[in-house]
Amino acid sequence: MPAKPGFAVERAGDETRLNLGGDWTLESGAEMERSSDGLIGAAAGARAAVIDLARVGRMDTGGAWLIDRARTILEAAGVQSRIENARPAQSTLLEAAGWRDFEAPKPRRGHPLLDMLTDVGASVVNAWRDLVHGVGFLGESVVALLRALGRPHLFRMTSLIYHLESFGLRSVPIILLINFLVGCIVAQQGIFQLRYFGAETFAVNMIGILILREMGVLLTSIMIAGRSGSAITAEIGSMKMREEIDALKVMGLSPMDVLIVPRLLALILALPLLTFLADMAGIFGGLVVSWGYAGLSPDAFLDRLKTAIGFNTFMVGLIKAPFMALVIGLIGAMEGLAVQGSAESLGRQVTSSVVKAIFMVIVVDGLFAMFFASIEY
Amino acid sequence: MVVEAANGTGQADVIIRVRDLVVGFGPKIIMRGLDLDVRRGEVLGFVGGSGQGKSVLTRTILGLVPKRSGKIEVFGQDLDRVDADDRRRLERRYGVMFQQGALFSGLTVKQNVQAPMREHLKLSQRLMDELALLKIELVGLPRDAADKFPSELSGGMIKRAALARALALDPELVFLDEPTSGLDPIGAAEFDDLIQTLQRTLGLTVFMVTHDLDSIYAICDRIAALAEGKVIAEGTIQTMLSSQHPWVKAYFRGKRGRVLALTRDDRHAPAGGL
Ligand SMILES: Nc1ncnc2c1ncn2[C@@H]1O[C@H](COP(=O)(O)OP(=O)(O)OP(=O)(O)O)[C@@H](O)[C@H]1O
Ligand SMILES: [Mg+2]
Repeated sequence: MPAKPGFAVERAGDETRLNLGGDWTLESGAEMERSSDGLIGAAAGARAAVIDLARVGRMDTGGAWLIDRARTILEAAGVQSRIENARPAQSTLLEAAGWRDFEAPKPRRGHPLLDMLTDVGASVVNAWRDLVHGVGFLGESVVALLRALGRPHLFRMTSLIYHLESFGLRSVPIILLINFLVGCIVAQQGIFQLRYFGAETFAVNMIGILILREMGVLLTSIMIAGRSGSAITAEIGSMKMREEIDALKVMGLSPMDVLIVPRLLALILALPLLTFLADMAGIFGGLVVSWGYAGLSPDAFLDRLKTAIGFNTFMVGLIKAPFMALVIGLIGAMEGLAVQGSAESLGRQVTSSVVKAIFMVIVVDGLFAMFFASIEY
Repeated sequence: MVVEAANGTGQADVIIRVRDLVVGFGPKIIMRGLDLDVRRGEVLGFVGGSGQGKSVLTRTILGLVPKRSGKIEVFGQDLDRVDADDRRRLERRYGVMFQQGALFSGLTVKQNVQAPMREHLKLSQRLMDELALLKIELVGLPRDAADKFPSELSGGMIKRAALARALALDPELVFLDEPTSGLDPIGAAEFDDLIQTLQRTLGLTVFMVTHDLDSIYAICDRIAALAEGKVIAEGTIQTMLSSQHPWVKAYFRGKRGRVLALTRDDRHAPAGGL
């Protein structure tokens, strides 16, 4: 344990001797600071002060700094101060870690109301910039996609297959599971509510339309935004952080072609397939619950379903899937490229990638709903 | 980095003692019964071919890589026998500069230097600010670097900032993994001077992994050479120059080594004060 850093005061005429003792090391941080402030208080008003280090045990840069700071402050207050009996090692330390003036940085603080207005303004400008940038990025990547399709021999097949596996195949179990469960829940609620009107069998219509038109594609997109959109941002972002993107560029490779196009294409291929599976799982969930809960046999369920929905119901969901994929992939890639040097910025961009992707998926779904309603499809 | 009350007993005491160390990854054995001593107050240069395990040894001493067998004592305490509290106390006494800097990317240089202070010491914000700026100045960084983020620094500045962080707690022992690699020769020489000045002023013990023959000639008191999982030669430059081991011979008496051996007398001029 270090000895307490302290001092004893000795007054001889108008000269004050401050006999320091104990260990002046950072270990006893707060105490040392108090003692150093005490030094100033004890000698204030004297004509001269002597800081005597003879009985100081150990000392480090922290101690040296505080002792020299006290001396400087006393000097500034008109007390002639000097340090005595420093051992050679202590002198070197006092010289190396001696007081120098670090002007304290002034915290710039404006008016709170003004700050708030500035923040609001800044976020509006940022949102607009995001949108403009997003549209530019969309154009750029569509061009790159078409170019890639035009030159299939140059296309990065391995990369595409790899991402198809990680975005598509590996999401199958979880997507089947949640859609099955949602199918069950929709069926149960539908049957329960429609039972009052004796219209239990209409639950089948509801299940079919809801799952095929909306739920299947929406749940799948949200799941993929969370699962693969975040992965895209994290991968591209950490490559950006470690200058790998710059390395690609100077090799004459475009990050757009090498990194983004294969991911986008994989998403665009995977999402409709996953949506199809999601639809099937949802319908199956509805079938199971209708059978168990309302006693509707699978045959009757399927007959009912056939009259309730048309091929267009099924297509409405499926048509949306590639657009959702494009939205998720673009946002993921854009946020990834926006990562700055720090680990925190990576975390921030991944979060914002998922939030923006889910938000945009829902917006796009709304736009499609309006579109299909107006063309009566 | 602490000035002792009574000057040492005169005998060179051993700060790190490694005995019969075996380290491996899977089937691959990297250290095969390595012995090493680092003495108080010295600068030990640790050399060895790329991939021989210099970084692995450093990381093993620091407890970041598990060892298969053997004994490591730091400050006289067997690392296998210390409990978590003692270990924390021990870790306070050494500073580490990693090969890649390992600065926290989300913090400014000043906050990086303050990070260990914040964890281990109870200091006022004012004193922490002052001490951080002092350390930043000691390692020769310009004052405006204090508020920059690591991604805004040059390679050499990152090394200096990493050294400042390693010195934050006034350690007695610092581990430097290739401090001068990637610096221009003038910058590297300045860095050598800096390490030497700090070592003299603050009484540091320095364990320095390096490939840089200039550094070895300029500031190392002793040198240990690693090959085939063992320390194959240990001692002063003279010992190295007279070693018969083929790798040591090639390293110190190769084309680059010879020139330095001839001119090293003028390089031993002491570095100026801080
Ligand atoms: N985590 C790890 N897993 C498996 N092998 C490793 C691991 N870390 C290091 N190695 C292996 O241990 C050996 C020694 O690596 P180390 O990084 O210590 O080399 P070095 O001597 O520091 O080289 P350099 O001078 O290039 O830095 C290398 O062969 C490396 O491949
Ligand atoms: Mg290494």
